[in-house]
Amino acid sequence: MEPQDIDKHPVVHKLREWSASAVAEVLEFRGETTVVVPREQLLRVAEYLATEPSLRFSFLSDITPVDRFPIEPRFEVNYHLVSLDRRERLRLKVKLTGSDPLVHSVTGVWPTANWHERESYDLFGIRFEGHPDLRRILMPDDWEGHPLRKDYPIEGYR
Amino acid sequence: MSTTIETAIGAAQTMVLNMGPQHPSTHGVLRVVLELNGELVAKAEPIIGYLHTGIEKSCEAKTYSQVITLTDRIDYLAPLSNNLGYCLAVEKILGIEVPKRAQYIRVLLTELTRCASHLVWVGTHAIDLGAMTVFLYSFREREEILKIFEYLSGQRMMTSYFRIGGLALEPPPGWLDKVQRVVDSLPGHIDEYEDLLTKNKIWLGRTQGVGIITASDAIAMGCSGPMLRGSGVAYDVRKAFPYSSYDEFDFNVQTQTAGDCYARYQVRVAEIRESIKIVKQAMQKIPSEGPFRAEVPGIIPPSREEMKTSIEGLIYHFKIFTEGFAPPPGEVYQAIESPRGELGVFVASDGSAKPYRVKFRAPSFVNLQSLPKLAEGRLIADVVACIGTTDIVLGEVDR
Repeated sequence: MEPQDIDKHPVVHKLREWSASAVAEVLEFRGETTVVVPREQLLRVAEYLATEPSLRFSFLSDITPVDRFPIEPRFEVNYHLVSLDRRERLRLKVKLTGSDPLVHSVTGVWPTANWHERESYDLFGIRFEGHPDLRRILMPDDWEGHPLRKDYPIEGYR
Repeated sequence: MSTTIETAIGAAQTMVLNMGPQHPSTHGVLRVVLELNGELVAKAEPIIGYLHTGIEKSCEAKTYSQVITLTDRIDYLAPLSNNLGYCLAVEKILGIEVPKRAQYIRVLLTELTRCASHLVWVGTHAIDLGAMTVFLYSFREREEILKIFEYLSGQRMMTSYFRIGGLALEPPPGWLDKVQRVVDSLPGHIDEYEDLLTKNKIWLGRTQGVGIITASDAIAMGCSGPMLRGSGVAYDVRKAFPYSSYDEFDFNVQTQTAGDCYARYQVRVAEIRESIKIVKQAMQKIPSEGPFRAEVPGIIPPSREEMKTSIEGLIYHFKIFTEGFAPPPGEVYQAIESPRGELGVFVASDGSAKPYRVKFRAPSFVNLQSLPKLAEGRLIADVVACIGTTDIVLGEVDR
């Protein structure tokens, strides 16, 4: 897809029409559309995508953080959405700095985000504002550090 | 942690009980903290992580091909499904088209995997609920399927048979006869299990109306696979987002509307029958000859013959197995329908020979999250049925 065609993507077009500030950037790779959303806008956009009758992204597949250390903003959090009846996928991306890895929780929109966000907190140290129960989930409670960060050695601290 | 609650006969203390991590019906090392009011479950909280092995971190230190062996160990009851999910994701990043013959063989084998996985499920779930016989039968049938995997790949379980661009090896002669034998005998065996269970009064009593989740709750909790279809949502990745030529196969998405343990049982049994249908179609479609791997110099290993006789083949072989290959930078998410639901593989490449990030969206992990919804307010014995029909594999939950 050419850059000018991306704007014609119906979902992106709709998002831009609804709120121009909601879309920071649109990426297209191998037929997958990624909408980069400013951190402050994430919750608004999530609510809109999940409830807007013509979109209905009611199913959150997954939340995947990526650590781009040492590049800043260091963290990217990817939200993989599915519209079950429209058979469409969309990826939302939020970029977070290493000094303040904080984003609003989407558990209110998609309750399934609960464990995904706990996992992101556990393995990356990303905090989710408004999460009902932000504890470690895979690592022991007294574990130090966040193992999937790129500056965490693969053999652990020994 | 115990609290005081109001009951019909006055205030009562709840009791906290740890179910697991060493409990036989948790199918591994799951711990469920139960807050009990007598025999009723007031609160259930799954605690996971006992089997966390850092697979996603390990992936980042391996080349793209080496990761395949790790994917076997995520969901150890459906290794070929994991192989497929990962291979498709990497092929997507590379932009490689896999030959049709390999695609059909992949479909056939992942459907057999689904049968094998559901057979383990029906057996272990029956044993959890006190029906020993089915367990012995279903493991007998599963072994026949594992023998096919062994014949093709040399391994019963950790097959690593799907490779980036196609298959690891040319299937040995006569393998379709073995598949035919399983396809012929399996439907009869499913009838046997159904004779033992489907109308069994104890079975109905233990599963009907137990662990109900509504369609809207199931969607909100991100459930997929038989968990979601048992609640009446006909979402199947094979139909919704076809991969590996699934759009050329004729099959139905099995759903039930009750959303209880019995509905999930019915869905899984019906899915075994559907899978056999797909296997039969695949057997017709698979051409007896043709490439089993795509030809992409420098990325897909050359054939043994080429490696031994041509200088380019030798160089490519050496380079692929020492330093690997470097896909273009980018990110993809590839979902497949594993026996447990939507298995998503996210792969991010930074242009080097090792994946920058690999994430497995494990269906068990997400499905397990709704356990409190299924079990709370019910008897402690029902927790076993609820865990059973969630069909978790702890290797996949904890990764």
